[in-house]
Amino acid sequence: MATTAGVLDRTVTARRSSGIWRDALGRLMRNRLAVIGGIWVIFLILLAIFGPAIAPWHYDQKDNVAFNLAHGRPAPPFTIPNHPLGLDNYGLDIFSKLLDGAQISMSVAFVAQAVVLLIGIPIGALAGWYGGRLDTYLMRFTDVMYAFPDLLLIILLSVAFRDTDFGRALNGLFLVFVAIGLTSWVTVARLVRGQLLSLREMEFVEAARAIGVSGRKIMTRHLLPNAIGPVTVAVTLGIPTAILFEATLAYLGVGVQPPRASWGKMIAEGVNFIRSAPYLTYLPGLMIASALISFTFLGDGLRDALDPKLKGKQ
Amino acid sequence: MVTYLIRRVAWLIPVLFVVSVITFGLMHAVPGGPWSGERNVSAGVQQNINKKFRLDLPIQDQYIAWVGDLLHGDLGPTFKYRDRSVNDVVAEGFPITLQLGLMAFIVAVAFGIPLGIIAALGHNRWPDYLATAVSLIGIATPSFVLAIILVVVFSVWLRWLPGVGDGWKGTLFSDAGREALLKDPVASVRTWVLPVVALAGYQIAQIARYTRASMLEVTRKDYVRTAQSKGIRHRAVVVRHMIRNALIPVVTILGPILAFLITGSFVIEYFFGVPGIGRYYVVGIGQRDYGLIMAMTVLYAFAVAFLNVVVDVLYAYIDPRIRYN
Repeated sequence: MATTAGVLDRTVTARRSSGIWRDALGRLMRNRLAVIGGIWVIFLILLAIFGPAIAPWHYDQKDNVAFNLAHGRPAPPFTIPNHPLGLDNYGLDIFSKLLDGAQISMSVAFVAQAVVLLIGIPIGALAGWYGGRLDTYLMRFTDVMYAFPDLLLIILLSVAFRDTDFGRALNGLFLVFVAIGLTSWVTVARLVRGQLLSLREMEFVEAARAIGVSGRKIMTRHLLPNAIGPVTVAVTLGIPTAILFEATLAYLGVGVQPPRASWGKMIAEGVNFIRSAPYLTYLPGLMIASALISFTFLGDGLRDALDPKLKGKQ
Repeated sequence: MVTYLIRRVAWLIPVLFVVSVITFGLMHAVPGGPWSGERNVSAGVQQNINKKFRLDLPIQDQYIAWVGDLLHGDLGPTFKYRDRSVNDVVAEGFPITLQLGLMAFIVAVAFGIPLGIIAALGHNRWPDYLATAVSLIGIATPSFVLAIILVVVFSVWLRWLPGVGDGWKGTLFSDAGREALLKDPVASVRTWVLPVVALAGYQIAQIARYTRASMLEVTRKDYVRTAQSKGIRHRAVVVRHMIRNALIPVVTILGPILAFLITGSFVIEYFFGVPGIGRYYVVGIGQRDYGLIMAMTVLYAFAVAFLNVVVDVLYAYIDPRIRYN
């Protein structure tokens, strides 16, 4: 990989026209931490997708035989057959529960960010493109939302809609997506607005306008593609926060509802057995930690790779 | 500067209005009042209760009445703790939450900034790797996981510090709390350590990462090269030119961080049994205690918005290049 990246880089410096994306990819590939983070992210995504197929048990299926052999107590990893990571205090397979937790975390990571984009890009684009009074109103609204403490609003939304059909959809997972999305779009909206404000004064936009390109086409073909870089970075770096919010909600008992096995919920239950069965806490804890670290590495790497200010300095 | 300040403070009013309307709307959006979970009472009793707490009024009148009380300094009744008003709960709990947040803030700044500076000065050598590793652990560990680790290590294994359930002894910001603090300062401080560190952990990491990036940025600046080529001692360049300039952007994130530490402590309060308002918030929200939730949310939003103003003003003070108009 390193040699390909090296070759790519040399051709790029010789001939700038090969595109900023390949250029950025080359720089990303040379960032060891970003590559490690990226590989682990892909691994977690695969676990989330194929989890139900790999899981030896259903996350909600109690193995009575093995649980009786363990005298009705949690069983540590690698001690009993058929349950590679042991049994929890209910006699459920820890490995299968962790896989379900991966599915919850990864779906929160991507779906909540999709909601963020769905709200943030239109608001930012409208404000940045039309400017004037619309811009003022939208940005005032954004400022107000910024002042609302994130976690409070998420908890408020989760509790208010907990007993509705909408709140019960997907065991409460759907509500978690929406609540996190509704609170986290502000950064993206501000970013897109700022990008458009500076881009729309650029010569290439003026040129496009001069040859009669429609406003809509300028927006979709010229302006938004140029804002993709910073938005990608913001979204990637927003993922750890979303994962953390989901885990915190589950820990407090207002997020994803049982029987789904959120890592945060597993920790909340495991704490009661922290002396006799610490693995009930540290296994999901390690999963959360690895997810947060890998997305942070990847996001940092993307930022360094896409930030033109740092070009040629590394 | 004065006009700017007035405008910023005036801006708090619409912010608090929108926050309170959203909260009020959300709490009333779904069927089921604060008593829906309790045993059946006769319709007459239910009516009287509703009347007492003004739940029989149309929703906009309820809101207006609530704002009216608020302007008189009355945060309203709590429904669940019937012998106390929200004012009582806040008066008792807020000093503790505030102290927890401020102490965590001091810890986060006192460890985060040096860690970031050390990492940047030893860029790509072992101090950098060590500091980066420490901040990675901070970022990757949710506060409730960090709390568990700290309790297991320091109170279960080493038995140095009290663990969960010993709560919080003595407070700086209330008379009764100060009395308890003076009577047995050691016991007070011992109950403070773990909650404060657990709360600060993530922010230490954030501040360290931010400081490191800012220092590395400054290292490449022309004025630093000029200072070095003039033959100024390395130490003086670092202290007078690099650190001073590198800390300016760091100040901007301190506002949100302080706000987060004060409003985000309910997980920690819940875990350690600290009797601040965060714990009431978690309990109140589960029981749909309108009065409590409204008051807390607006109080939190006010704290966040107010701290942001303070930081902006501080920013202008630190960096004279910034002029507000």
